[in-house]
Amino acid sequence: MTLETLKRIAVAGALVAAGAAALVTAPSALAQAKEQFFPLLVYRTGPYAPNGTPWANGKQDYLKLINARDGGINGVKAVWEECETGYATDRGVECYERLKGKGASFFDPQATGITFALTEKVPNDKIPLLTLGYGLSAAQDGTAFKWNFPLMGSYWTGSDIIIQAIAKKEGGFDKLKGKKIALVYHDSPFGKEPIPLLQERAKMHGFELQLLPVTAPGVEQKATWLQVRQSRPDYVLLWGWGVMNSTALKEAVATGYPRDKMYGVWWSGAEPDVKDVGEAAKGYNALALNTSGQQPKVIQDILKYVHDKGQGTGPREEVGSILYTRGVIIQMLGVEAVRRAQERFGKGKVMTGEQVRWGFENLALDQKKLDSLGFAGVLRPLSTSCADHMGSTWARIETWDGSKWTMTSDFMQADEQIIKPMVKTAAEKYLSDKKLTRRTPADCQT
Amino acid sequence: MLYRENGQFKTSYRSDQQIFPILQDRLAIGVLLLLAFVAVPLAAPEYMLRAILTPFLILSLAALGLNLLVGYCGQISLGTGAFMAVGAYAAYNAMVRVDGMPLLVALLLGGLCATAVGALFGIPSLRIKGLYLAVATLAAQFFADWAFLRIPAFTNNSSSGSVSVARLSFFGLPIESPAQKYLFCLAILAVFALLAKNIVRSHLGREWMAIRDMDVAAEVIGIRPVHAKLTAFAVSSFVVGVAGALWGFVHLGSWEPAAFSIDRSFQLLFMIIIGGLGSIMGSFFGAAFIVMLPVLLDQLPAWLGVPISTATSSNLQFMIFGALIVFFLIAEPHGLARLWSIGKEKLRLWPFPH
Repeated sequence: MTLETLKRIAVAGALVAAGAAALVTAPSALAQAKEQFFPLLVYRTGPYAPNGTPWANGKQDYLKLINARDGGINGVKAVWEECETGYATDRGVECYERLKGKGASFFDPQATGITFALTEKVPNDKIPLLTLGYGLSAAQDGTAFKWNFPLMGSYWTGSDIIIQAIAKKEGGFDKLKGKKIALVYHDSPFGKEPIPLLQERAKMHGFELQLLPVTAPGVEQKATWLQVRQSRPDYVLLWGWGVMNSTALKEAVATGYPRDKMYGVWWSGAEPDVKDVGEAAKGYNALALNTSGQQPKVIQDILKYVHDKGQGTGPREEVGSILYTRGVIIQMLGVEAVRRAQERFGKGKVMTGEQVRWGFENLALDQKKLDSLGFAGVLRPLSTSCADHMGSTWARIETWDGSKWTMTSDFMQADEQIIKPMVKTAAEKYLSDKKLTRRTPADCQT
Repeated sequence: MLYRENGQFKTSYRSDQQIFPILQDRLAIGVLLLLAFVAVPLAAPEYMLRAILTPFLILSLAALGLNLLVGYCGQISLGTGAFMAVGAYAAYNAMVRVDGMPLLVALLLGGLCATAVGALFGIPSLRIKGLYLAVATLAAQFFADWAFLRIPAFTNNSSSGSVSVARLSFFGLPIESPAQKYLFCLAILAVFALLAKNIVRSHLGREWMAIRDMDVAAEVIGIRPVHAKLTAFAVSSFVVGVAGALWGFVHLGSWEPAAFSIDRSFQLLFMIIIGGLGSIMGSFFGAAFIVMLPVLLDQLPAWLGVPISTATSSNLQFMIFGALIVFFLIAEPHGLARLWSIGKEKLRLWPFPH
């Protein structure tokens, strides 16, 4: 080692040290008045990026639309900052800590693992957690989970609807007796969430549930599909995300398992999942929370106010895809929660996380309101309350016809008779494990 | 000029054998500890404490544990993530199954379980060496992933497989605020670092180093390889297990096996390679480099006011990070700790090098 290299290293070290100093004095210029801050946790890299990217683009484009078309939320400008989590829990926690101090309205972590970690943190920081169609199923119970909002569905409601759809196809629940249904799932909390409900349904209707875990991220599924080939289940439920979905479909093709006997969750039913498989995936079904396409008014507005001005976040042709639209919906619900909170706490003011939480808990989006927002036909109306943090438990089945997704069923509602007691039991267990108590009716007013 | 030991005479073996024989070093470490224990919790913002310093301390502890095994005893292990997982899940089980279990006892129990598992997976080291051993320890990693995903008893029958802890307290003091968490981890790290330093200075540490340098020669002079290797695995796994429990309990709060995946094992191995194998100090340098640099690089574009997309920034971060690792390894293959000691040597002669 020469003195020269030592000097060079010293310079490099000094640069790093200067950066570290900047880390301590991170700028907090966002705290100015009249700006509502939306932290955006995203993953644009890694094995889940094909699905994470359109989702993140939709979220950002909607905020851009709100600023460009409406001048903000009642005059309060929306500002945001993205943070890359790579779907990893520890990086998600770092992002959360980085962004929460900037006046975060709410967090949408886009990953079940991060959701679980943040569920422990948000009550202290008083920031609501929006987990549309994912996260902790028991969090539907708002009296136990004050800060969680699994709007529009959880994995319990989703799997319940799939079983209903299968029963309908078979001609009644009694026909399910003796059938074999396999769950091919991402081996993580995300994939395991539906299991309790499916077990409950299996007990009720007498079908056999076969559990086939796939190690994350799911690029290697040969062994799983070998089991499918051997046991020949009557139906396969697919609980995958990212690259796991297209791999599963390719394996199904290779195994010769009929695609029309496969039902995916709403995270397994988007364009990136079937695009690579194309024609061969024809007949594959998945749950649908929302429509896709560029016809809805809100998507047209995004094209007009954001993309035509060269401000679009992603490629123009991806606007209106399924996950993009879901991102738009998530951000719309967040913005509407802020708007609702403003109705109570002061129009045109910046809302704190605590106030936005009230907004989430008192969302009332009826058909008229959705139409006026430009979401006619995109999603069903929903309204939340202190006891119900989900707002709507309806979903449809969509089918891939080889080139596009088409809706092939009417809206179905998850069976409250089954979900409610399960949510109650799970919430009780959570509360007793954590030595917490239920919220009082008085707490619901705040 | 400032840093030289002229005039500091050692009049007893005791004073000659202390950890920091030079007065200036003792002062520096005293000031550092004072800063870490008093100034940092008072002055550092919450983000710094929660998202940077606490993970840095915990991963330093894990790197320290791994360094005992890889750096001092020469047994390459890729099962660190697994031993962390064992520590975390064992501590979790102790917490939920025994009412009123004190946090510290749970952490130490986690460490003890990791010790047992570590020693078990260390048995192959008696027969295989080097890279082959690394592959064998990989088995520990896959076994732990499998066990914590599939055996419901380990996760207290949690339906999702994710476990969580809340309301930590230490002798009645809550460990909730960022400063409390930081101090708790710092205190544990300080104690373990002192213990580790003393172990490697003791006969046990010397046995490990003898085995590392040449096992046949070590055996000839009467060192039992079985004993040396298994104790190295045991002690290392204990420290790593405690670090795993802290990672789950204090940093994440709720975790799943993915938190202790193979990536974690690699990350820790890189830490000690970059920081310096066979150096307590190196573990800290390596952890600082690997924990802080990506976060720094991630935020750099925003501070400089360069608008680049999240994806580009994230990919750039990987590239720069990788390039820096290569640069440091070329500039000094023995790690940052070696650079540190070269710097100290130069400082001794400064300003009159001959």
